This record gives sequence, C-alpha cells and structure tokens, in this order.
Amino acid sequence: MSALLTNAILLSLFIFSLAMVLTVVRLFKGPSAQDRVLALDYLYILAMLMMLVLGIRYASDTYFEGALLIALFGFVGSFALAKFLLRGEVIE
Amino acid sequence: MNSVGELSLWIEIPVAVLLVLSSLFALCGAIGLLRLKEFFQRMHPPALASTLGAWGVALASIVYFSALKSTPVLHAWLIPILLSITVPVTTLLLARTSLFRKRMAGEDVPAEVSSGGRSENGN
Amino acid sequence: MKRLFPAPWLSLALWALWLLLNLSLSAGNLLLGAALAILAPLMFAPLRPLPVRIRRPGVILKLFFLVGRDVVMSNIAVALGVLRAGSKPPRSRFVKIPLDLRDANGLAALSMITTVVPGTIWSELALDRSVLLLHVFDLDDDAQFIEHFKTAYERPLMEIFE
Repeated sequence: MSALLTNAILLSLFIFSLAMVLTVVRLFKGPSAQDRVLALDYLYILAMLMMLVLGIRYASDTYFEGALLIALFGFVGSFALAKFLLRGEVIE
Repeated sequence: MNSVGELSLWIEIPVAVLLVLSSLFALCGAIGLLRLKEFFQRMHPPALASTLGAWGVALASIVYFSALKSTPVLHAWLIPILLSITVPVTTLLLARTSLFRKRMAGEDVPAEVSSGGRSENGN
Repeated sequence: MKRLFPAPWLSLALWALWLLLNLSLSAGNLLLGAALAILAPLMFAPLRPLPVRIRRPGVILKLFFLVGRDVVMSNIAVALGVLRAGSKPPRSRFVKIPLDLRDANGLAALSMITTVVPGTIWSELALDRSVLLLHVFDLDDDAQFIEHFKTAYERPLMEIFE
C-alpha cells in the first residue's frame, strides 16, 4: 500500500473519530431522550463505516462481517429504544 | 494487474478521494447533530452518513478489493442496501415518538393529521 | 409453481444475497442458497398478507435514478445548510401533503424514499392515508415543494403499484 492511500485512510479515520466525539457530546448533552437515541444511532453508523475503512486498511474481509453485525445490532437497538420511548414497553 | 499491495495510482486516487469525502460528509452530519437548535432539525443531518457517506465508503471498498483480487468483489453494496432498509424504520419510529412526546408535553408541534382518534398505522 | 414460490422476487433476492455474502459461485453455495431461497419465503408466507404486484419495470428504473440524483443533490444542500446554520438558520417546518397513493406497499416505498433523501422526514400518516405530515429541513415555498414531491415520487409509485 502506497503512502498516499495510507495517509488518506488515516485522515478519514481521524475525521470519523472527530465526528464520533461531536456525537458523544450530543449524547451527553441531551436534552431530551430522543436526542440521545438519535446520537446513539449515529454512533452505530459511524462505527460501521469505520469498520469498512479499517477493512480497506488491512485488506481483510473480516471487518466487513463486523460492519454487517454492527449495522444489524444498531438497528435492533435503536428500534427497541425508540419503541420504549413511544410506549414505555418494548414488547407488547 | 500488479502484484498484491502494489496497486496503480489510478485505483488509489479514487479510493482515497472517496474515503476522505465520505468522512467529511459524516463529520458534517455530526456538526449538524451538535449545532442545530431544534430536535426535528437535528433528525436530518444523520441521513448524510447513512446515504452518501455509506455509498462512498462502500464504493471505495468495492473498487479497492476488486482491484486487489482482480475480480469483481461486490459484497460491500450490501451495507448501503441494508442501511436503506433499516434507517427509514428507525427514523420513522423516532419521528413518531418525538411527535407523541412533544404533544404530551404541550410543545409547539402540529396536531394529529387524522381527524378522529390516535393514528396507529404510521407505517 | 405458485405454491413453491409464493414470492419469486424475494426468492431471487435471497439467493443473490447468499451468494454475495459468501462471495463464491461454487456448486455447494448455489445449492444452499437455493434451499434458503425456497424455504424462507414458504415459512414467511403467512406474514405477508399483501401480495406485491408490480406493473411497470421501466418506471422503477427511472425512479431509481431520479432518487439517486436527488439523494446526492440534497446531501450537498443539507451539508451546506448545516455549515451555514450560524449565519442563516435553515427554514425548517412541517408540511401537510395530500396523498393520492393508497396502496400499502407503495406507501412503504414512498416512506423509504422520503427518509433516504436527506432533508425530508416522514413524520405521520393519517389513519385513512389521505394526508402525510412531513418535516422539511430547508423550505422555500410550500406549494412548489408539494408539487415536486407529488410529480417526482408519488406519481411514479402510483404507476408502479396501482
């Protein structure tokens, strides 16, 4: 892998982590419960994209499966949280 | 095709540009999430990462792995497809939730659009 | 044939998904994928009360490219709107859109499109499916937006599903 691609990947990972930090600030600030669910959902998406970038960095397919799992669990988690906020119970 | 690890510049430049561009879009989404004043405004920026951000990273991954293995490797497209199915479900439910909670709290949101009773089939 | 494949498109999609996930076209994977593609729709048939009937494949392709273009354009618009939010706050508001589309599958597709395109969020649908409450990120003119929404997305979907 050439220096160009390595540096570009490092740069994009850095920007992704910066985005994650900003999202964590929103997660702690709130103010409402919906804001926190939204921030958590965004964190999941960012983590998934970072996994794909890492997959390119190490030229490995395994990261793709990790990304797929994060996407699925993120969906289930955010869905359950949003449902909980709507009714106060997850399963009815 | 070159040997593994020695890709031509014509492959590496698009991959690098795509990765940096999509990370910038994701950063824009996070800035919006932090800066915007009202909850419903804040629901819009996350769509940046789940559409163009995810498309860019998936395309970069496809280009890179296809060049690396000298054969089309398309499985990264599953990520945007999966996202385009799951993200609407979460967003829809979250929008309905916050409308419901804001109405309960008596905040300034539009009244229910169905004329009688609570609407239950928001899809 | 109809009993073996209650949802032929779903079967085809599942088969393609299996082969993509395994990244191979070997005989074993072809067979395993085919077994999944036949068994899963049979088991889930009771959960699908509404059969999908698709009319015009050409319109789907056109809609697909239109949505792709709109996603890119509104991504850039929302990103610029976020960066300029300090000096020029986005004019966000709720819009009520009268709907003509009644088919449940078509409405599901419409909700997917509105959510995937950044800048619009599907907030609430009336019980009788006649009115849609949509939140728009930056809006100039209500009437113009409703006109665009109806011609660009709703009409093709009505042609496809109804």
